[in-house]
Amino acid sequence: MNEHDDRTPRVDSPPEPSKAVKAREPISTGSEWTFDLIQRYDEEIAKCAAELGLDTYPNQVEVISAEQMMDAYSSVGMPVGYNHWSFGKQFLNTSKGYQRGQMGLAYEIVINSDPCIAYLMEENTLPMQALVIAHACYGHNSFFKGNYLFRTWTDASAIIDYLVFARHYIAECEERHGVDAVEEVLDSCHALMNYGVDRYKRPSPISAGEEKLRQTEREEYQQRRINDLWRTIPLPTDDSDPESKKKRFPEEPQENILYFIEKNAPLLETWQREIIRIVRKLGQYFYPQRQTQVMNEGWATFWHYTLIHALYDKGLVTDGFMLELLASHTAVVYQPPFNSRYYSGINPYTLGFAIFTDLRRLCEQPTDEDHEWFPDIAGSDWRETLHFAMKNFKDESFIQQFLSPKVMRDLKLFAIENDDKEDAYLVTAIHDETGYRTLREKLARQYNLSSREPDIQVWNVDLRGDRSLTLRHIVNERRPLADDSEEVLRHIHRLWGFDVHLQSVSDGKVVTKYQCPSAAPKT
Amino acid sequence: MGSTHIIDRRLNGKNKSAVNRERFLRRYRHHIKKAVAEAVKKRSITDVEHGESVSIPNRDIQEPIFHHGQGGRQEVVHPGNQEFLAGDTLPKPPDGGGQGQGNGQASQDGEGMDDFAFQITQEEFLNFLFDDLALPNLVRKRLKDTESFKYVRSGFSTQGVPAKLDVIRSLRGAHARRLGLSGARRHKIRELEEQLAALRIAPDDLDAAFSHADQIQVLEEEIARLKTNVKHIPFIDEIDLRYRQHLKQPQPATSAVMFCLMDVSGSMTQTHKDIAKRFFILLYLFLQKNYKKIDVVFIRHHTSAKEVNEEEFFYSRETGGTIVSSALNLMQKIIDSRYSPAEWNIYAAQASDGDNWNDDSPVCSKLLTERLLPLVQYYAYIEITPQNHQMLWYEYEKILARFPHAFAMQQIADASDIYPVFRRLFERKAA
Repeated sequence: MNEHDDRTPRVDSPPEPSKAVKAREPISTGSEWTFDLIQRYDEEIAKCAAELGLDTYPNQVEVISAEQMMDAYSSVGMPVGYNHWSFGKQFLNTSKGYQRGQMGLAYEIVINSDPCIAYLMEENTLPMQALVIAHACYGHNSFFKGNYLFRTWTDASAIIDYLVFARHYIAECEERHGVDAVEEVLDSCHALMNYGVDRYKRPSPISAGEEKLRQTEREEYQQRRINDLWRTIPLPTDDSDPESKKKRFPEEPQENILYFIEKNAPLLETWQREIIRIVRKLGQYFYPQRQTQVMNEGWATFWHYTLIHALYDKGLVTDGFMLELLASHTAVVYQPPFNSRYYSGINPYTLGFAIFTDLRRLCEQPTDEDHEWFPDIAGSDWRETLHFAMKNFKDESFIQQFLSPKVMRDLKLFAIENDDKEDAYLVTAIHDETGYRTLREKLARQYNLSSREPDIQVWNVDLRGDRSLTLRHIVNERRPLADDSEEVLRHIHRLWGFDVHLQSVSDGKVVTKYQCPSAAPKT
Repeated sequence: MGSTHIIDRRLNGKNKSAVNRERFLRRYRHHIKKAVAEAVKKRSITDVEHGESVSIPNRDIQEPIFHHGQGGRQEVVHPGNQEFLAGDTLPKPPDGGGQGQGNGQASQDGEGMDDFAFQITQEEFLNFLFDDLALPNLVRKRLKDTESFKYVRSGFSTQGVPAKLDVIRSLRGAHARRLGLSGARRHKIRELEEQLAALRIAPDDLDAAFSHADQIQVLEEEIARLKTNVKHIPFIDEIDLRYRQHLKQPQPATSAVMFCLMDVSGSMTQTHKDIAKRFFILLYLFLQKNYKKIDVVFIRHHTSAKEVNEEEFFYSRETGGTIVSSALNLMQKIIDSRYSPAEWNIYAAQASDGDNWNDDSPVCSKLLTERLLPLVQYYAYIEITPQNHQMLWYEYEKILARFPHAFAMQQIADASDIYPVFRRLFERKAA
């Protein structure tokens, strides 16, 4: 294997030959940035973006140092975060990697808020700053504003206030109940963060003011409610009545485990419930991002590419500027093949950028194949089509809908099946006429959160007996849970306060059982 | 559009993560302490002055979440197909590892993962090293009964000794007082002088009763009277005097001197000296944490003692017999001439292989108990020998009984004993 081959950049051709007469002077020729120049570039990029129909939140660009970037990094991009050791771990990791030169820092971080906050690193050259502005302040920004998941699940105008509220609340709890007690609850909540999300119903938008107002109210009410649930001394039931025996609590399985615990755990104190709520809300805030990685990055990359070319066509930037940016762009969308030592899965930037770019192509220069595969959009207005795709899909459906045979061929995609019952891997589909549809379906499924993450729901609480909580894992394709599931159970046990059971169910039969505390050892 | 705000945040605090980092260190303090203890034992002692790389097994710091393990049926789409066709089969590698899968995926299942490694700074390293150690009797030198003071200016007072008289301020006060007291009179004088001048110019009145000469005389007398009056205002008065005032402010003793005493007679091998060196350096680092300024005095001795530099102290070879008291005498002399106990916290560490001329040991004991121990904060003695104790040890044991708080002694067999001994010597003594 030749490493150099792996690193050979793909050559990107500009979207359209630049015919425009370059009448104007370039904005700058050097590589040092100043605030005035950044301002100038932003104005020009904003003009191009408006001409191409991008709708964005107002921007707030913050120039920060490398150290500050590391701080921002380790708080998972939250501009204000509560304190927790895991962020410290993240920070140590980041700074170690950075100091040893193993990894560069992100050129930018952008926050889904209104105004949309983007961090620019002071070490960037001027062309890089321009690229980052195009990418974050117009690409990501318009995605946050337009995509239905973000519109449904997050409230960009409230998030900063809410984060401030959360930080204060948790600091207050630390003061009152001790750092260790708070840390324990946070550890447990973090373990379940991905299971603290409402997938189907719209949560009420989070707002700091309201949170504070309601919080006291909630405290009293909640405790009363929980007492009601648990107060009832089990009435002697007629064992012959199959109805009462069968009746479970909750009656329907609940997917939002954290929510269920927050509302129903018997022993939690109100501040602990409040912390669960905070982590839950944050999980909910990040939920759309987890489902739109390919689209979001693809969209932003497509637009930095397009906007920078628009600047070039207007004669506002020099050839040297373009060369630097294209080199950087090429590195971002580089996809090592599966047998490269640099391979670690499909690069979301590559995939997203390829799909959006191809979408534009099949609008502008459709081939017969495109007409056959995309009868509705081949030859349509590319801006409208791209915006439609950006607004109404998530990764899974986006790939299912828009991954074209050409992109599959370009990326040379193929699917491999690994079945532990077989002795060999099986190539199930490749980028050919018979494989396109299955390949596309399989790739789309790969981005479906509910098949990526084990399906685990609250099944039952033994209200009349030992108060134990039972969770059910619906096994998918016979894939077992990983080893540290027992660790997670321990966290659930900490929150729930009584025994916790987890059953893996396949075809209606329980195949594996976990329990915490683990069954008493036989003596 | 113009709706973009560009903000320079570079001057905002950059240590936003400091708290989280500290939380992390706190959570894993047991791991880190262990690593630090290991490092102290192992690495060359000249390295102690910087941080340490600590690694923690990844599984200990993993944050568990529900995810899929290996097994079952999985289908994955990969890029970069070269020669595969649908329906091709590929043999699985015997160990079950994923074909064509990068490292990123392998680390998911908990195998072949690197430890989580990170750097702690020198300060953190030392903090962990000296965790819950404190010098005995340190309390004695605590702020409230410190024995040294510093004078700080604290304004001016009307009383004081002549040496502290502030001339400028006093004269300025006097000047102001004079102006203040004479103001009305000088005003009057000016008025009268104007009248006088007017009278002198005006033509004489014919009426003798209103003769100008009379009026002029009256005015002149009045002016003269007022002028003497003004003159009688004292140039400087007692109430003008201002003295610089100083307050005696207790000054925490922030300097320490450390005496390193070592036997360099023929019986002390280089190994012995290396052990002693680690002992001294640990003491030095410990003092460094507690005092701003530390002097180190190296005294080596065989039959006679000599103050030397560090290089000579540890690495020059001498032969001959051993008279410990010579070193103690020299130490006493140096304290007298250079390190007044009122200003210096004095610590002493003595290392020896236990050899001494028998008739010298009682002399040492006497010197220590009567002269040195009352002056020093702490005196530590280590005997580097695996053998039986000699005379000196038994004499010192008697001292230990009498000065349990200021005197400590310990026997060390080899290098691995140093750290525990060090800890025991300086363990926080319950008050």
